[in-house]
Amino acid sequence: MALLEVRDLTVVFQRKGEEPFTAVDEVSFDVEPGQTVGLVGESGCGKSVTSLAIMGLLPSRGARVSGSVRFEGTELLRLSDRAMRDRRGRDLGMVFQDPLSSLNPVIPIGLQVSEVLERHRGMQRKRALREAEELLRRVGIPDPRRRLTEYPHQLSGGMRQRALIATALACAPRLLIADEPTTALDVTIQAQILALLAELVRDTGTALIMITHDLGVVAGLCDEVNVLYGGRIVERGERHALFAEPRHPYTFGLLASIPRLDAPRGERLEPIRGSVADNIPWTHGCAFAPRCPNSIDVCTSVTPELGDEHGRLLRCHNPVPVASEQSAAVSASG
Amino acid sequence: MLRYSVRRLLQLVAVLAVLSLLLFAWLRSLPGGPVSALLGERATEESRHNLRAQLGLDQPIFIQYLKFLGRALSGDFGISTGVQSGDSAVAIFVQRFPATIELAVIALAIAVAIGIPLGYMAARRRDSFLDNISVVSSLIGVAVPVFFLAYLLKYVFAEQLHWLPDSGRQTGDLEATRVTGFFILDGILTREWDASLDAFLHLILPAIALATIPFAVIFRITRAAVLDVLNEDYVRTARAKGLTQQVIRSRHVLRNALLPVVTTIGLQTGGLLAGAILTEKVFAYPGLGEAVALSFQKRDYPVLQMLVLTAAMVYVLVNLAVDLSYAVIDPRVRTR
Amino acid sequence: MAIGTGRKERIDELAERAGDIAVEKAKTEDVGVSLAASAFRRLRRNPVFLLGAGIIVVFIVVAVLSPWLAPHDPAARELTDQVIKARNEIPPPQAGHPLGGDEQGRDLLSRLLVGSQQTLLVGVLATMFGLAGGLVMGTMAGALAGWVDSLVMRAVDVMLSVPGILLAVSIAALFPRPTIFTVIVAVAMIQVPVFARLLRGSMLSQRASDHVLAARALGVKPRAVVFRHMLPNALGPVIVQSTLVLAIAIIDAAALSFLGLGNPDDNKPEWGQMLGNSQAVIDSHPHLAFLPAACIITVALGFTLVGESLRDALDPKNRR
Repeated sequence: MALLEVRDLTVVFQRKGEEPFTAVDEVSFDVEPGQTVGLVGESGCGKSVTSLAIMGLLPSRGARVSGSVRFEGTELLRLSDRAMRDRRGRDLGMVFQDPLSSLNPVIPIGLQVSEVLERHRGMQRKRALREAEELLRRVGIPDPRRRLTEYPHQLSGGMRQRALIATALACAPRLLIADEPTTALDVTIQAQILALLAELVRDTGTALIMITHDLGVVAGLCDEVNVLYGGRIVERGERHALFAEPRHPYTFGLLASIPRLDAPRGERLEPIRGSVADNIPWTHGCAFAPRCPNSIDVCTSVTPELGDEHGRLLRCHNPVPVASEQSAAVSASG
Repeated sequence: MLRYSVRRLLQLVAVLAVLSLLLFAWLRSLPGGPVSALLGERATEESRHNLRAQLGLDQPIFIQYLKFLGRALSGDFGISTGVQSGDSAVAIFVQRFPATIELAVIALAIAVAIGIPLGYMAARRRDSFLDNISVVSSLIGVAVPVFFLAYLLKYVFAEQLHWLPDSGRQTGDLEATRVTGFFILDGILTREWDASLDAFLHLILPAIALATIPFAVIFRITRAAVLDVLNEDYVRTARAKGLTQQVIRSRHVLRNALLPVVTTIGLQTGGLLAGAILTEKVFAYPGLGEAVALSFQKRDYPVLQMLVLTAAMVYVLVNLAVDLSYAVIDPRVRTR
Repeated sequence: MAIGTGRKERIDELAERAGDIAVEKAKTEDVGVSLAASAFRRLRRNPVFLLGAGIIVVFIVVAVLSPWLAPHDPAARELTDQVIKARNEIPPPQAGHPLGGDEQGRDLLSRLLVGSQQTLLVGVLATMFGLAGGLVMGTMAGALAGWVDSLVMRAVDVMLSVPGILLAVSIAALFPRPTIFTVIVAVAMIQVPVFARLLRGSMLSQRASDHVLAARALGVKPRAVVFRHMLPNALGPVIVQSTLVLAIAIIDAAALSFLGLGNPDDNKPEWGQMLGNSQAVIDSHPHLAFLPAACIITVALGFTLVGESLRDALDPKNRR
């Protein structure tokens, strides 16, 4: 049994007087203990909503969640709010995108870390603060004792995110979800934070779901990668294999659009043409079809299902051919 | 922090200086001239002559202003001509001041005790029945003239139902020892519980009338602030930590939402003083508000002048206190 | 895929094959709707706004048509024979006088109807004067900044530090005899600092804004910058504040009458004046106070509802 089993998770948003919007569409994936799984995709593809649904943080009004999320055997979606509150912070931790706005501006950093320990471990304030100091040291914050009484606006961006990571890992949860943890930070700090996450996750054996639009982040960190488009998973594979041979045209396009240092000067960049607004609904074919260089007739009428191809999950009628197939095709056409 | 306080104090002085100038100009512009205004209709020629010399009416305006300032700073605002003829304006102030403060404090306490919790609940249950009813009530509260509401309360509870007294601060023949001038407090200090209760009963109706507008404002601001804060990222973080509802509410939501509410409470003092004028008149409650109403009616300008100045000072001082308290409650201001 | 076809053509093409949903989605997409337009759209459906606007419309219509609607002359003391001071009796409701008469034998219904005119006048004029004064002070302070700003804002602080009614009383005291004009001026003075603060704040925040910087960089004359670029953006909050102020003005005018500062000439009735003057006979004839009070409350509520819903509608945070 995997640590986390997500099956057919669907989230539909319904605002008063508007069309219902399916943000997450029958998403399924597993996370094994200690494994790092990536959820990659553009803004609006549903990756953040997936994580919020797993944590039970979506507003009860306006969002309909269906499907199954089993954590260590327990169905999270059917838990009461109180039961879920017990698990959050203790068994599942989460780190968000903007470290400044994610911290309460009027209470000291030390308290923001210690309150998790007070809540889930029943510690007294003094002991919890000592433990918090230790946690801040472990995430690489210099002079942690002084930081305990400082306020968020007195810390730098990188330090704030470290503090938030300390908070999320305080009770040694088995699963950590990181939603674009480095997007709001400077590039040099980004690398530091990612290194920190990799180290902590390795040392504590915590499973990690890394959510990002940045393939560079995924490449350095994740064992397995899920690519999302329009709320559905379109490709899943092991990290090295996926990067070496992307099969879905979208994944292929994402990788091809990254400028390369070793490209000859003057070579044009290759974006994925069109935009998310060009999507057609999944129910009427493949959402990516209008933008897809590989699309064929069937793509705009028949919905592609997830199929397994040698350990690679693929949702595509006409995927990018594998190198061996390519050469076979070439020699066949002679 | 120190520099900030000094700057605010200087602003206070500037405001008071401008106020004194305006007050001086006002006094000179009153119908009949300052002498008639200050002495009233029935003054003798001799007292008029003396006052003219004292005011320095034949001297340059600048000197007159300085004399005016001098008198004001030494606490001489003249003798009352109508409200309590013969008493010095300052003595009247000292006598009536505790009454109005007691009334204002209780009214503010009512407004805060109902407004803040209601505002929080309305925000949490947005668009619910409770929310809609509370918002509508607060809007109606602002639309009803204070003096009419005061009258309504008096008519229903005092005159028709006889549940509560209809005027004054205490029942006529009650003997009570006075210590501070705050009747409820005095009763507690001297253990004369009946005196405390009597004073309290006299305060209820006017306090409710006076509390309506501050309540409406405090309610609306609390609701808006809580709604804003509930959408903040740090509340989401708090939920992601699995904290209890109570902790999220007190440490994360209210701690932040109440910052603008505190400023509002400071601003409400002005409204309280204004409302007191009307409410005290309806209930014949012997405070500063009644003094304003009477002083206008009887053209008692010395008293009116003193009341305007003291009202402005109280307002400015309270707002200064609110500003400084911000440094205590908002660490971002403190640790700049 | 065909190269070079425009986005619209492709969407139409796909729509035929994909069904209606995609087309509908593309058509209803909000492309750069202005704040005012989206505000109006929301207001039209808002029951609070509609109720308030309804009240205001009825009020204005009655005020304009009242001389024709009123069955009798509001100043005519037709029923004095039914006023018996000794027994504290006033004319009861009767044929031709559905609400009876007041303590001077005048038809109450007619006075209430015609009273809407003076009430509207007082409210509108007090608001306009307050706005004018606040506009001058606030624009000067905000547009010129520097020491002008400091001086003007100190004056505003002083005006705000004296409680409203007290300020009005002080102003009214300067006039030897109260008239409707003194009431209007006194009430207007209470609002001047509020508008001044509002406009100054708007001016200051806009001075630093991009569109003003762009105008200045292009060499637009300072006066034009203020009038054509800065003021229109301040319009929204000013309209909201004006509707709220109108309600307050009517109530403050009533308070002044209550204190004895009101217009003593009641041949042209005004609701606040009627309410204030009824204090003397309120114990025996409470309806003489309740009826004008109900009118005032209703109208004040109408303006407040409109002002509040306008404020919510124009709040950029509510925009979707």
